[in-house]
Amino acid sequence: MIKNMPLSAMIGLFFVCLYFAMAIFAPWLAPYGMAEVVGDVWEPSSAAHWLGTDNIGRDLLTRMIYGGQTTIYIATAATILSFTMGSVLGFLAAVLGGWADQLLSRSVDLVMSIPSLILALVILSVMPVTVPILIVVMGVLDSTRVFRLARAVAVDINAMEFVEAATLRGEGRGWVIFREILPNALSPLVAEMGLRFIFAVLFISTLSFLGLGVQPPLADWGGIVKENKDGIVYGIGAALYPAVAIATLAISVNLVADWILNRTTSLKGGRG
Amino acid sequence: MSDPFVKVRDLRIGATVYPPGEKPHDIEIVHGVSFDLEKGRVLGLIGESGAGKSTIGLATMAYGRGGVRITGGEVWVNGRDIMQSSLGDLRRLRGGEVTYVSQSAAASFNPAKRIMEQVTEAAIKQGKFSRHEAEQRAVYLFKKLGLPDPEHIGRRFPHQVSGGQLQRCMTALALCPEPDLVVFDEPTTALDVTTQIEVLMAIKEAIAATGVAALYITHDLAVVAQVSDDIMVLKTGDMVEYGTTDQIINNPQEEYTQALVSVRSIDHEEKQPSPSPALKIENVTARYRGTNFDVLKNVNVELHPGQTLALVGESGSGKSTLARVITGLLPQRVGRIHFAGRDLDPVMKNRSKEDLRELQLIYQMADTAMNPRQTVGTIIGRPLEFYFGLKGKEKQKRIQDLLDQIELGEGFQDRYPAELSGGQKQRVCIARALAAKPKMIICDEVTSALDPLVADGILKLLLDLQKIEDVAFLFITHDLATVKAIADSVAVMYRGEVVRYGTKSDVLSPPFDDYTDLLLSSVPEMKLGWLEEVIAHRKMESAGN
Repeated sequence: MIKNMPLSAMIGLFFVCLYFAMAIFAPWLAPYGMAEVVGDVWEPSSAAHWLGTDNIGRDLLTRMIYGGQTTIYIATAATILSFTMGSVLGFLAAVLGGWADQLLSRSVDLVMSIPSLILALVILSVMPVTVPILIVVMGVLDSTRVFRLARAVAVDINAMEFVEAATLRGEGRGWVIFREILPNALSPLVAEMGLRFIFAVLFISTLSFLGLGVQPPLADWGGIVKENKDGIVYGIGAALYPAVAIATLAISVNLVADWILNRTTSLKGGRG
Repeated sequence: MSDPFVKVRDLRIGATVYPPGEKPHDIEIVHGVSFDLEKGRVLGLIGESGAGKSTIGLATMAYGRGGVRITGGEVWVNGRDIMQSSLGDLRRLRGGEVTYVSQSAAASFNPAKRIMEQVTEAAIKQGKFSRHEAEQRAVYLFKKLGLPDPEHIGRRFPHQVSGGQLQRCMTALALCPEPDLVVFDEPTTALDVTTQIEVLMAIKEAIAATGVAALYITHDLAVVAQVSDDIMVLKTGDMVEYGTTDQIINNPQEEYTQALVSVRSIDHEEKQPSPSPALKIENVTARYRGTNFDVLKNVNVELHPGQTLALVGESGSGKSTLARVITGLLPQRVGRIHFAGRDLDPVMKNRSKEDLRELQLIYQMADTAMNPRQTVGTIIGRPLEFYFGLKGKEKQKRIQDLLDQIELGEGFQDRYPAELSGGQKQRVCIARALAAKPKMIICDEVTSALDPLVADGILKLLLDLQKIEDVAFLFITHDLATVKAIADSVAVMYRGEVVRYGTKSDVLSPPFDDYTDLLLSSVPEMKLGWLEEVIAHRKMESAGN
């Protein structure tokens, strides 16, 4: 499997692994404490501070590593939540049909008709902004898109004769959803998952940048941009490091997702 | 002696395969085929799926579809080797000198454009005719092909004509630029028998009138015998036999050709009806939700235990709808279904597990009837687990027994449907139905998608299984040869009604009603000159017109 891996996927997988490893082992990798002030404001790169220091003199590399941890953790949890919720509800809507489908689909349309950033800002401005609440808000808002995809794929599969054969056998809904539909819907969902994860990273970064995401002194990539954005005027690139990190992560995850999609569709019995 | 018009020498065609988990490698799919074709003559290419018929047909346009490459040999059309032609030459050749009629006209026409625009497009683009001349020629061809209202039919959109008419429009499209060679790729396979015969006659007359050379590709030897002068029999990319139609049909030399000629010669003695039928359908009338039209009208039929009732009719006659009513997927509006000594609830969801178990269904397309992500073992094992609670070793043993019964043997349990051939897939579907130990199996066109020899094998298997398991079959088919091979009693359906019903010998012997006569006379027979005979004795138009 790894032997036949294309170069693009290998590069993607390398960076994804690197970022996730950094997120998981952050406390051991970071040279300083997360919120520790160790130098002057906006010091340039040096042997002691590889990426320099930030707007109040904290080590930027440390902030980046801890920031990656927060950002990736929130994005991963939100993606898992949105996929579980979105695909289960989407499959259910497709299998049940009728008024249940109408109710679910129209509710989703209702949520989707409001721009999700605006909706998130409204919700977060009235609720306490903590990490679990951020995850739930992002997960629920994003699950509408997963719902759409899962329902569309499942409606197609539900019309296939092997599903009818299972129904005629007298199988219950659980079997139909998890044993007949899910295995066949997996590859488009996995591909979508990579994309949604990146949107979650961008979303949490945007929220933090606007001040309604991760609260200081906790570090996260969006927050680092926000804290250091004034430096850009003086030619200090501190705000650009998180931008580069977000961009490389986005591209890498998509390279891996593409490769997984190719793999699963050419699997034995694949439908692609 | 001058060279033949089309000369194909040692044609070799290759493709790259991408087996999962292995390195892609090249295979040869046509191994050195040669033939000649003169103007005004028709060569039939016949063989099972995968024989390379269509690939050879397309090669006469120097074209390989879907990653297929012409790797060797010569194709001479009109005195030049088109393998050596430039792309510009090929553009003039394709659609101008050589044209193509595909199997599904419905999928080939652009639904957003009027028929006339599409029929004349190639002739105008190739600069052969002006728009006015091309349209005149199209009308002439519409007339020749027997289309209704030839002056105005071109103004219609593809969905506004029937399937048989559209197939004839496609033939007009191919003949419009006055080509020298037309490739017909299964032009009548997707049509009903009663429609097929008209299209076949139209094609034959049009070929004769225009004097083109034609390649006629089909898997049905009886059909090709009606239109072609010569026949080439192909099998997995090799030429098996090549000769005149008369020689191939009446005096086949090779074993494989003999098998093709004598296909559907299963002998089946009809059984006497028993006093208590397994299935009794009384006055059933049904319609689809949201319509105000009965697709089944007052249907009454019976099926006796261990016997086979064949439901015959063309598409749209309500055969499959009756199957849906019996299974409870479409509850009837009026009438009763009496099964195994009890009344079945019209709605499937209200039926007991026992009802569901005793009544099984086998689909036409085995491909879509099996979950591509489940192994054969899971597919056959699930009914055993679900209905009988079998587990572990016991289940494994029963699965293997069933696999033996369908003549597949060891090593199939862990395979996925994609790793099976068409016939094997249908066998697995049969095993899945048998696993439930049913009293009755509805077979919905189970052999229609299969090659003739494979279909024969399936029919023989079903007959053997019927003897062993004593199961009743409701056999839905449009193919009367299948009916003759397998049925004990027959019901002929036409527009939602049973127009003729009785034992096989009664239904299939005269005097006939008009529709049964039309249906029976439309089944191509394996003899020369049959088409002309039938057309001369036509009493009734088919339902498609």
